[in-house]
Amino acid sequence: MSQIQHAALDQQGRYNQICTRGGSCPPPADGSEPAHCPGHRSRSPRKKWQVFPGRNRFYCDGRIMMARQTGVFYLTLVLILLTCGLFFTFDCPFLASNLTPAIPAVGGVLFIFVMGMLFRASFSDPGILPRATPDEAADLERQIDSAGCSRPPPRTREVLINGQAVKLKYCFTCKIFRPPRASHCSLCDNCVERFDHHCPWVGNCVGRRNYRFFYLFILSLSLLTVFIFAFVITHVILRSNQTGFLGALKDSPASVLEVVVCFFSIWSIVGLSGFHTYLISSNQTTNEDIKGSWSTKRGKDNYNPYSYGNILTNCCAALCGPLPPSLIDRRGLIQSGTPQTVSQSNGTSNSSYASTQLHSNMQGAHP
Amino acid sequence: MATEFHNLQELRHSPSLVTKVFIQRDYSEGTVCRFQAKFPSELDNRIERTLLEETVKTLNSYYAEAEKIGGQSYLEGCLACATAYIIFLCMETRYEKVLRKISGFIQEQNEKIYAPRGLLLTDPIERGMRVLEISVFEDRGSGGSSPSSTMSSGSSAR
Repeated sequence: MSQIQHAALDQQGRYNQICTRGGSCPPPADGSEPAHCPGHRSRSPRKKWQVFPGRNRFYCDGRIMMARQTGVFYLTLVLILLTCGLFFTFDCPFLASNLTPAIPAVGGVLFIFVMGMLFRASFSDPGILPRATPDEAADLERQIDSAGCSRPPPRTREVLINGQAVKLKYCFTCKIFRPPRASHCSLCDNCVERFDHHCPWVGNCVGRRNYRFFYLFILSLSLLTVFIFAFVITHVILRSNQTGFLGALKDSPASVLEVVVCFFSIWSIVGLSGFHTYLISSNQTTNEDIKGSWSTKRGKDNYNPYSYGNILTNCCAALCGPLPPSLIDRRGLIQSGTPQTVSQSNGTSNSSYASTQLHSNMQGAHP
Repeated sequence: MATEFHNLQELRHSPSLVTKVFIQRDYSEGTVCRFQAKFPSELDNRIERTLLEETVKTLNSYYAEAEKIGGQSYLEGCLACATAYIIFLCMETRYEKVLRKISGFIQEQNEKIYAPRGLLLTDPIERGMRVLEISVFEDRGSGGSSPSSTMSSGSSAR
């Protein structure tokens, strides 16, 4: 028997299905030793984020992940920090002494909450679906090819969800049929569950796992912007009672900059918060709303099958529902022989596909 | 059916993988995690239908419990929001607790039911919750030399 097989039990008691290749197909990089599997043979074990196939950037040894383009995120950070910094430095002393010290306290709490939510939304996994292993991809291909004799073979599946027909599309990059509400982000090159949109301001996709952080970020940011705007105006008015309007502006020039930034921000951010509040209450994603997936314009019987029926339940489900864990295991160690995704190790995929193909030939007619 | 031929140690030392069978997700109830209860035909003579269906049903109930939206999940969500999600540094989410229960369940099912029949379940979380992967090993009891020789001749022909 020329086949080398072994299944190893790793430390956590999980089974890794490994080499089923024979000695006759030499692995590309490893030379002629049949006991080693192709892929990573570096002495120090590498972590999975280092070989992640999407276009993401990882920091802090895989703990932090963001999109590739992060320029606009730094702009967001600078705007928030600059405006809040100016507010606390120039306006708060006057307001604390003349009105109440609760103003900088509340401002401080809002600021910390805004930054916390921003970092959570930017640095966490939005709900990326890992790409299919070679065996899965081969199995799906077989099912698709055997499904119809027409060319090209159908790459969609229809599913009935709560009485509404939903089409599941096949993703050519990830080699999977996308779950409902998932979409492939072309900027990050990943399929994301419950894909909302790719936000450059946050520097990440907004999906199932970080939507609530994104929403709380824009909500608290709109509160903070309104707060700063209101109290800077109050500060200028109180000062102009003492020294006249132009005198007030001369005494605190930073206030002008803050008012300008806040004025433009309020229009955009409060508007965005309102839009997302509407989306949450109707349990839709930005993606679905833009495409008009559940709009009655498409058909009289078209409705949103994911909505729970009432606004309160939809809001609670979106904001207080269970938080699923990340599916991509960024900081796990790569074990040699773990099924790699289809973008790598073509040797393994060929041999396992060959073995499944031969098996299906042996079995005869495949349903 | 070879019930005593295989155990986990035997599978560890010298198994030969014949094929992998994938049970896909069932999206008929929305985006909640459910696996199809349809019995794959490749496993017809390897395991009783009811055993596999029971396993899949139990798995589905675990996932439904993890994703249930009710009093406990609201409490957890509000508490987490109030502490700016710092509480998750010390506490495990309910979903993670259920996932640990699921891996224990799969391990136990493998030991008791699947390994003696030359099958192995892979925890869906290791496949991104896309599929329930069942690895089918050579059935020693039924003269297993033919699949491997066919495969080796196939691979050498490449």
